[in-house]
Amino acid sequence: MATETPVKPASRASGAPREGVAFNFFSQGLLWLWSLLVIIPVAWIVITSFKPTRQIASDPLGLPEVLHWENYANAWTNGNIGSYFLNTLQVMVFSITGTMLLGAMAAYVIARYQFIGNRIIYFGFAAGMMFPVFLALFPLFKTLQNVALLNTYTGLVLVYIAYSLPFTVFFLTAFFRTLPTGVAEAAIVDGAGHYRLFFQVMLPMARPGLIAITIFNIIGQWNQFLLPLVLMGRNPDDAVISQGLANLALRQGYEGDPGALFAGTVMAMIPIFIAYVVFQRQIQAGLTAGAIK
Amino acid sequence: MKHGRYPFILSFLALPVGLYTWLVILPFAQAFQISLTDWSGSTNSFDYIGFDNYVNLFKDERLVLPALRHTGIILVVLPVVTIALGLFFAFMLNLGGRSRQGRIEGVRGSKFHKVVYFFPQVLSVAIIGILWKQVYAPENFGGLITGAMSAVGLPAPVNGFLADKRFVLAAVIAVLVWSAVGFYLVFFSSAMASIPRDLYEAAIIDGAGRFQTFFKITLPLLWDSVQTAWIYLSIVALDVFVLVYMMTPERGGPDAASEVVGGVIWKYAFNHGEQAFASAIGVVLFFAALTLAVVSLRFGRREQIEF
Repeated sequence: MATETPVKPASRASGAPREGVAFNFFSQGLLWLWSLLVIIPVAWIVITSFKPTRQIASDPLGLPEVLHWENYANAWTNGNIGSYFLNTLQVMVFSITGTMLLGAMAAYVIARYQFIGNRIIYFGFAAGMMFPVFLALFPLFKTLQNVALLNTYTGLVLVYIAYSLPFTVFFLTAFFRTLPTGVAEAAIVDGAGHYRLFFQVMLPMARPGLIAITIFNIIGQWNQFLLPLVLMGRNPDDAVISQGLANLALRQGYEGDPGALFAGTVMAMIPIFIAYVVFQRQIQAGLTAGAIK
Repeated sequence: MKHGRYPFILSFLALPVGLYTWLVILPFAQAFQISLTDWSGSTNSFDYIGFDNYVNLFKDERLVLPALRHTGIILVVLPVVTIALGLFFAFMLNLGGRSRQGRIEGVRGSKFHKVVYFFPQVLSVAIIGILWKQVYAPENFGGLITGAMSAVGLPAPVNGFLADKRFVLAAVIAVLVWSAVGFYLVFFSSAMASIPRDLYEAAIIDGAGRFQTFFKITLPLLWDSVQTAWIYLSIVALDVFVLVYMMTPERGGPDAASEVVGGVIWKYAFNHGEQAFASAIGVVLFFAALTLAVVSLRFGRREQIEF
């Protein structure tokens, strides 16, 4: 406590400890309250996912008598959660690779080369972070329809890349600017061309930045909902995970199998949860990095 | 190194700029154009009708006006509550504790709290929607809050919180705050880490309590971050829709009580086939976002303090 600081002037010491104790109690209480607010709903849905349908409705606060794993089996088979997982992976392998490659290329050239239009391109990308995506949804739908890419993974991959570029370019441009010029100059003296310089010198040097923004994009694209809802609407079997869950939630209304819905939700949470626990530091850094100068 | 410079620049920019222009810039530009027509979206014929859509927009008492009102409420409540909670928690977790040696550090359990608070941020809106819909559900569907209320003998809303006009908007905003607080906690934490510790230690020696250190040192020095957070949260507030789509009856109900601007755009574009009208609402939303960002950057500016 502050009172134990040896240099503290005696004249001001009187009010401080009482304020300290009351404040500690109050603030610790609030901190725990919020933690419980996060933990309880998540833990509760995990518990609920093991209950039979009848008990979910009649006994929300109780524990399941036996663990009903069949909810998980139902979600995986009838609810198609398994194939939604695979669909999402299939899309993201390409969209993440594409986003990172194109984003790094554009950012590198913007950060390291002077040319006419440099500023315009940079602000063009940066402005994209401000656009409300609703505004573009319908024209985008029509654009893809015109080139027969609507309801295709190719179309979705291209759209994911395009909509991930603004932040990726914005972030990586700042990052490439901070890299020292000495190494690059030495490589040029050794005869490296522009391409070798980028792939063999600059990209490896930019690794911390690339990792942070890759994590950001993986979480963003994994959780993407609005774009697939509009652009992949025709065939429900092709849905990506969050869209598939929403479909399941909709169907649950008339098929009456909430157990499978919650089991599916929990399954969709598991990979994110594991990734979060393992990479918690990097994820927090990556997600907030863009905001910190 | 001058050799091959422009071919190189072109080869690196062609794909990203091309893709971005084709799928982001052009659709946005088209939306502006569409908003000046009477296009339904399904046929190929349309006429330019000037700003009629914009005029009619403010006469739509069924959907647009309630949506503007609700988005306006979210626009005020979400940033204020989230930033206040984020700042408070960040202060407690980073600077609120005092060790025996009088050093400044977080209160006990800080690391645990930080990990927990941030978790909702990595969950998809679909998951959050399903989760909270069930938490708010009526008692006979096994809702958590209604169940807990009746277990302790409190009267719970019969149809749950989401089917009740009085609670639905507040319930949605609460979920938005719930999922955002962790992000701003971490965001403010990293900003606080850059404030030199001796400032606090000097203040404590002078007898400042935690309230004083927070309001006299932390908050003024975090002003830039608060401003950035404000802009981010305003954009989030203007874009609220998926949660409403996932959780509320009739995707904005009951009786348009949780209708938001994004949802109205969705309804006109994809359900009612009034593409031009939907685009006009979108353009209004775009300028609202732009104005907010410019205004808060212009008038929120304070003297920079270097340390």
